[in-house]
Amino acid sequence: MTALRKLTPHAVLALGAIVMLFPFYWMVLTSIRSPAEVFDISFWPIPKSFDAVKNYSQAAEQVPMARFMLNGVIVCLGILVMQVLTAVPAAYALAKLRFPGRRLLLSLVIAALCVPIQALALPLFVGLAKADLLNTYFAMMAPFLLSVFAIFLFHQSFRSYPNEIIEAARLDGFSELEICWRLVLRGSLPSLAAFTVFSLVAHWNDLYWPMIVVSDTNLAPPPLGMLFFADVETGANYGALMAGATLITAPMLVCFLLVRRHFIAGITMTGVK
Amino acid sequence: MSSQAIDLRNIRKRFGPDEVLKGIDLSIRPGEFLSLVGMSGCGKSTLLRIIAGLESPDQGAVAIGGGEVTTVDPSDRNLAMVFQSYALYPHMSVRENIATPLRMRRLPMSARLPVVGGLFGTSKIRNAITEDVERAAGMLQIGHLLDRKPSQLSGGQRQRVALARAIVRSPAAFLMDEPLSNLDAKLRAHMREELVALHRRLGATFVYVTHDQIEALTMSDRIALMSEGRIEQLGTPDELYRQPATLTVARFIGSPSINLLPVDVDSAGEISAYGQALGLRSTGDSGPATLGLRSEDLFIATEGLSLHQGIAVKVLRSETHGADRYMTCQLLADPTVRVTVRQTATAKPGVATDGTVHLGFHAERAHLFGANDLRRPLTARERVLA
Repeated sequence: MTALRKLTPHAVLALGAIVMLFPFYWMVLTSIRSPAEVFDISFWPIPKSFDAVKNYSQAAEQVPMARFMLNGVIVCLGILVMQVLTAVPAAYALAKLRFPGRRLLLSLVIAALCVPIQALALPLFVGLAKADLLNTYFAMMAPFLLSVFAIFLFHQSFRSYPNEIIEAARLDGFSELEICWRLVLRGSLPSLAAFTVFSLVAHWNDLYWPMIVVSDTNLAPPPLGMLFFADVETGANYGALMAGATLITAPMLVCFLLVRRHFIAGITMTGVK
Repeated sequence: MSSQAIDLRNIRKRFGPDEVLKGIDLSIRPGEFLSLVGMSGCGKSTLLRIIAGLESPDQGAVAIGGGEVTTVDPSDRNLAMVFQSYALYPHMSVRENIATPLRMRRLPMSARLPVVGGLFGTSKIRNAITEDVERAAGMLQIGHLLDRKPSQLSGGQRQRVALARAIVRSPAAFLMDEPLSNLDAKLRAHMREELVALHRRLGATFVYVTHDQIEALTMSDRIALMSEGRIEQLGTPDELYRQPATLTVARFIGSPSINLLPVDVDSAGEISAYGQALGLRSTGDSGPATLGLRSEDLFIATEGLSLHQGIAVKVLRSETHGADRYMTCQLLADPTVRVTVRQTATAKPGVATDGTVHLGFHAERAHLFGANDLRRPLTARERVLA
């Protein structure tokens, strides 16, 4: 009975994990199968003919994969750096400074969390078009440079930073910016790690916005590149397509594994999930 | 430079609808150990934070060493503060924690940057800082802990680091906000002595906030007892204990707390309790008043003194605390009033629980408070025993 009680949660969680991981398994499996096997019902991990080399070299040769990756890195890092630079001082002010309108501003931040990017797509597109900024890296980054989610996440985490340390720092001669960056953010590194993962994953995988503002293959980030790739080059070559998908998923996986410990701490600490 | 006077003029502060400080005037002498003491919520911490510059008063002026600083930033007031939670920088070693106030003061902004800061030619300043840090650490006997992180230290050690961080910069005054509250009883008593020794050694102005009247009584040169945003009484520990200016002060100071008897003052100034004359007189208005008697000023009236008219009480409980014995008694005239009598443990007679005795008191040490809670003059007739 006790054994059952112990095992049941694990069984449920394992089932959930399988549901989540299965598409990835399928992707990797397809990427090493030959075209003839792609539609087999069997999910046996060893394909009859091992076509990984062919699929991956095709994915790497037929499309400028390196270019897509570089575009993805530029866009994601650009967004992340600006988000952190703007959100950290804003969150510090909302969490630790007293000024009139603070509550109102905080409510606005939370309200803004509810506005989806799709709602703003048209005005943003028109604005970028009028400014002649379509087909630039800037166009891909612009809507995301200020992140209310980041402000909210950092606010939750900064709030628990002890006030007395901040006061001691004020007496010691720290400026408010030094307190914000050198002490408070320093105490919230797990949140920074968590946000980094959230932001990188979201924008690395984003297809919607780049598709709207970029039509130049040279600027395409990986998912958009894959879309061009799927349409034009490969047609129905699912093996190569999945090889490409595996290649662009891998960096995110590595990024997550590197900061996994902090990421989990950051999420449990701030109550965001 | 380490002992400056602090002058507060008519400080008022309001948080929302609550007026926390209702016009505080206080002159703290250079080199003095002054305690701000009172119940939680009396405004003592707010007052300290106003001195530090962490809060700004709605009205009034703060002056340090004669110069007005009401609108000066905390860091430019040259004050050091020690917090209840120690407030050490968690990611820095003890050495860096103690060095921080000096680094912030002596090094230019560019040299304080992480990584590249070391490239600026400031090694002379850095060496001086290292020396000062080691001197401060030596004074508090934490030299061997310099390379640890605060999380690796015990509460007492953290408190020493916080003190070292305060003394390292030779401030105009030290502000301490309940610095011993997080320590266990034994360590607290020990740190109390050390703080007094440190004060004597530095000769610096100390402003010490505490809710613990024992700390205030044992450490201070003077005490400012606060209640509901006002200073009730400012004086030496002896004055507060022996001449409490108000009923609030009498209630707050002393352990066990003072015994209070409801009394009446008649038109002739004669004082009586429950219709029984006590042999005390007062001048001024007649009407109800409160008589305050410290537990050590009460005694059991022995037969020899033939005091059939002392205060009749029933003994409820008798506890021996080493050298002293505390007897909790209930007035026969009014069972809701309880009094505590302190005797030496060897004193005779030891009274059995539930026994009835008559209590006398030392009239010259009795305190009378009027209906407005203020101290009233009191004179004893020739016979001091009731």
